[in-house]
Amino acid sequence: MDRDMVETVSLRWLRRLVIAVFLLITVFPFYYMLVLSVRPIERLLLDPGALVVGFGELTVATYAEVLKATDDGGQGFLTFIRNSGMVAVAATVLTLLVAIPGAYAVARLRFFGRRQVDFLFLAVYLFPSIVIAIPLFVVFTRAGLRGSLFGLVLVYISQTLPVSVYMLKNYFETIPVSLEESAAIDGAGRLGIIRRVSLPLAMPSIMAVALYDFMIAWNEFLFALLFLVDKPDRWTVSLGLSLLADGVEVPKTVLMAGSVVLTLPIVILFFASERLLTEGLTSGAEKG
Amino acid sequence: MTTTVPGPGRSPTRDRPAPPRRRPLTLRRRESRAGLALVAPTLLVTIAVIGIPIVWTVVLAFQRVRLATLRKTGLFGEFTMDNIDRVLHTPGFAETLWVTLIYSIGGTVGSILLGLVAALVVRRPFRGRTLVRASMLLPYVAPVVAVTFVWQVMLDPQLGIVNAWGQRLLGWDTPVPFLTQESTALATVIVFEAWRYFPFAFLFLLARLQAVPGELEEAARVDGATPTQRFRHILLPQLLPVIALLGVLRFIMTFNKFDDVYLLTGGAAGTEVVSVRVYEFLTARTDIGAAAAQAVVLAVVLIVFVLIYLRFFGRRVG
Repeated sequence: MDRDMVETVSLRWLRRLVIAVFLLITVFPFYYMLVLSVRPIERLLLDPGALVVGFGELTVATYAEVLKATDDGGQGFLTFIRNSGMVAVAATVLTLLVAIPGAYAVARLRFFGRRQVDFLFLAVYLFPSIVIAIPLFVVFTRAGLRGSLFGLVLVYISQTLPVSVYMLKNYFETIPVSLEESAAIDGAGRLGIIRRVSLPLAMPSIMAVALYDFMIAWNEFLFALLFLVDKPDRWTVSLGLSLLADGVEVPKTVLMAGSVVLTLPIVILFFASERLLTEGLTSGAEKG
Repeated sequence: MTTTVPGPGRSPTRDRPAPPRRRPLTLRRRESRAGLALVAPTLLVTIAVIGIPIVWTVVLAFQRVRLATLRKTGLFGEFTMDNIDRVLHTPGFAETLWVTLIYSIGGTVGSILLGLVAALVVRRPFRGRTLVRASMLLPYVAPVVAVTFVWQVMLDPQLGIVNAWGQRLLGWDTPVPFLTQESTALATVIVFEAWRYFPFAFLFLLARLQAVPGELEEAARVDGATPTQRFRHILLPQLLPVIALLGVLRFIMTFNKFDDVYLLTGGAAGTEVVSVRVYEFLTARTDIGAAAAQAVVLAVVLIVFVLIYLRFFGRRVG
């Protein structure tokens, strides 16, 4: 056997092995999360290495504890889910309202300072959020916005806006100019062109950006921690879960149930739109 | 957003030659005005929620501000070098910076390497590829609070599965407290970082790999290049620009990272990175001035590193 054969055959097997390993390391933690969330804590302490749940020990008491309102002795996650959902949806919608015209302008129109604007978004995207957090903390404390979900939405827009503009801009640039020209010849104005031609064509990309923004806002932790910590009824799921761990002895199984509650919406959204997202995120990446 | 109606036949092309020096055309001016109007909301939000805060952080870094005295301090109160001085001379400053650097480099290299391997193995179609590809993105899209908790529980000395199996199968004498002992904490955090962010590198590298023309590899194969040689001499050169870009992006993002370390270790056991330290100054000590100074130091160090990197790689790859 020559070198080529040896390599081809061994790489074929290596490849299968590596794929299996990757599947294991990416999926296993989530499987483990799920398994732990439905096991009673006593069983876990007895046998921490178990990977399957026996039928006898299956329990949903953990979920009941996590979801029930604090008045009923639970952890009040239903309220947190509502807060997170509201904040994430509001941030997504507002981001898109601002980002779509902005991205279109940067992609299509020549105006004074266009290049600088383009660069600004990239620079802002890469700037440490902890640097921005300090003055926002100060301002919000002064303006009484600390503890308000509206303030949080405002901050989330700043987190999602640069990347949204960047992704949408890349997409708008791929739409053939001739389509817009023909609309212009037919007498459509600028806004008409955007509404009737560019927006419908960019819909897949807009959906991808919307999902991406929603995920960023839903997953966000630092700003929620800084701004909402004193107001338990305004906590987001991420914040509520992280503080649950700090509090009085809460069993790990309950923590895992909370983690599942936090993760599930994102995983469902993600698998429902996987193709849209992976392509949306890297469109324009090939240019490098 | 008024006056945006271009006349018939007006082309929205963007690559038109520069306008002549004489009086600009009205249509051109209309386009410019429309552009500014459309981009204005984005700019306003960016400046209000990001631009001003950045400038303000710098101002705060040179002021004596504590949360308690916040209401009394004006925007342009007394300026002082105290904060910078204090930050630079507080014990642990150099160590924090060093830890941040190791953490960033380790996380960057780890995530890119993992992402590269992942992209190479799912490059060609096979059954269930879509599902495998989607699964590989899970660590990246899942909420950070949830994944850090799972890792904490998995690595827990008493009820974690890693220690349970390590003792049963690998014959470890005692459970290893991965996240709480100095010798393993930083390494564990870096492994976590590589695990969580390899999908980012994976996506970019996969997109680039799929854009490599098939004829290139075919020609090399005909010339007798083995698979590893084809990777080394055909694919790798094609990927290098993307890898260099990923290097700088991931480095910046990891350098700024707060959530992951804060949630995994809280900055204990020799894992205190700069942003966690800023947070400590801000909340535990309520010393806003020092927090701002620390943040400014973070940003400056970051900018210096990125410039060095760009000088170094900008030439080699460009």
